[in-house]
Amino acid sequence: MASEHLSKQYDNDLETLRSGVLQMGGLVEAQIRGAIEAFSTGNQAAMEQVIANEPGVNGHEVKIDIDCSHIIAKRQPAAGDLRLIMAISKTVTDLERIGDEAEKIARMSKQIHERGRVELQHFANIRHAADIALSMLRQALDAFARLDAAAAAGVIREDRAIDTEFRSILRQLITFMMEDPRTISTALEIVWIAKAIERIGDHAKNIAEYVIYIVKGTDVRHTKLEQVEREALG
Amino acid sequence: MVNTMSIPAVLARPAIHTDAETPATKAEAKDLSFYYGAFQALKNIGMVVHEKKVTALIGPSGCGKSTFLRCFNRMHDLYPGNRYEGEIRFHPDDTNLLGRDVDPIEVRMRISMVFQKPNPFPKSIFENVAYGLRVRGLRSRRAIEEKVEQALRRAGLWDEAKDRLQDLAFNLSGGQQQRLCIARALATDPEMLLFDEPTSALDPIATGIIEELIHNLKDKVTILIVTHNMQQAARVSDYTAYMYLGELVEFGVTDEIFIKPKKKETEDYITGRFG
Repeated sequence: MASEHLSKQYDNDLETLRSGVLQMGGLVEAQIRGAIEAFSTGNQAAMEQVIANEPGVNGHEVKIDIDCSHIIAKRQPAAGDLRLIMAISKTVTDLERIGDEAEKIARMSKQIHERGRVELQHFANIRHAADIALSMLRQALDAFARLDAAAAAGVIREDRAIDTEFRSILRQLITFMMEDPRTISTALEIVWIAKAIERIGDHAKNIAEYVIYIVKGTDVRHTKLEQVEREALG
Repeated sequence: MVNTMSIPAVLARPAIHTDAETPATKAEAKDLSFYYGAFQALKNIGMVVHEKKVTALIGPSGCGKSTFLRCFNRMHDLYPGNRYEGEIRFHPDDTNLLGRDVDPIEVRMRISMVFQKPNPFPKSIFENVAYGLRVRGLRSRRAIEEKVEQALRRAGLWDEAKDRLQDLAFNLSGGQQQRLCIARALATDPEMLLFDEPTSALDPIATGIIEELIHNLKDKVTILIVTHNMQQAARVSDYTAYMYLGELVEFGVTDEIFIKPKKKETEDYITGRFG
C-alpha cells in the first residue's frame, strides 16, 4: 500500500483513520498504565482519572467507525484498502474493550484499597502480567502503524506468556484464600484484575491478527501459532 | 512477419488463482494474440471461461479487453488487416473458434453479443427478437411467437412489452432497449453471451435490472462481460480477469481478486491507484 490513490482525498481519509486508531491506542495504553498504578499504589487521583477518561475512549471508537462507514459508502474500497478498513473497524472494538478492562481494574483497585489490609508486595506478578499486556498492546499498535506482519506474529506468540502468568496468579491466590479466609474478598477482586489483564492480552493478540490480515490478506484468527507464523513470515 | 509495436512486458506469467471446485470449461483461449494491422493488441492470452458462470474482463482503456471479447464471436473478421494467432477452443465439441474452416456466422449463432449502446433494429419489438430466428430459417409463425415470448421473458421485458409488441423498438426506454437486445441475443439459444459494457449508457435503475438479469441468465448460458465499472464486475461476476497492455495480468475467483489480489498491478488498479 505504498503508492498513492488517484484521489488525494481518499489518501487523506485513510490516513485520518489510521492516525485515529493510533491516537486511540495511545489513550488506551495510558489508561492501562493509570489503572495499574492505581492498583499498585492506591493512588486515588489515578483511579478517578482512568474512570473519567473512559468515555473519551468510547468516543474514539464511535467516531472511527462512522468514518469507516463513510469511506465504504463513498469509495467502495477493495483489496488492501478494504482489508485495512475492515481491520480498523475491528481494532477499535478491541481497543474499546481494553479501555473497559482498564476501567474495571481501576474500580476494583479502588475497592481493594478502600477495604484496606492488603499486602500488595505479594502481587508483583500482577504488575508483571500487566507489563506483558502493555508491551503486547504497544507492539501490536506498532505493527499496525508499520504494517509489519512479522512483528504482529511476535505479539501473538507472547500471548502464551500472559496466559501462563494468569494461571500462576490464580494458584497463588487460591493458596492465600486457603491459608486465611479473611483474604477471600480481596483475593477475588484481584482475580478479576488478573482476568482483566489476561483479556487485555487477548485483545492485543486480536489486533495483531488484524495486522496480519491487512498485510497478507489471510485471516489467522482461530489458527495454531505455527500456522500464524508461517502466514506472517511467508 | 508483422512488425509489431513493442509492448512492455507487464509480467512473465499471469497470476492464475485456482478454485477449489473448478466448474467445466466452456471456452479456452490458448496463446491468443491479435493484431490490428501492425499493432499487437493482445499478447499470448491463456484463459479459461467457465461454463454457466459470469466472467468479467476489467482493465484500463486500451488494455485489450474489448478486443479479447470480440475474438469470441469473430467480430474482427469484419475489418481487413486484422489477424488472430493462437486459438479459442469452444466446448463441448472442442472447436477452434478462430479456425479458418469455421464459419463466423455459425460462431455468432452460438455466441451472441450485446453492445454498449442499445442497438435495436429499426423494426418492431417483435421483429427485433424474431429476426435471428428467421435468419436461422425458422418459418412457423407459432414457433417464432413462442420463441419471441420465451426470449422476452428471459430478458425480463415480457411484462412491459407484451401489449406493444408491434411498436417500434425505438419507443422503448434505453434500459428496455438494452433488454430487447439481450432478448434478441437470447432468441437463438446461444451457449455464450458476450456483453461489451452493457450498462454504461444506462441509469442506475436500468443498470440494476440488467445486472440482476445477468445473474439470472447464468443458469443457462456462459457469460463474458467487459466493464469499466469495477464494482459492477465485483457484483455480477464469478471470475474476474484483469488485463493491461494486451496481456492477462491476473485471473481468478472474483471474491479473491477484489479482496486479495496476487499481483500488485491488479491491486493498484482495483483500489484506484492506477496512474
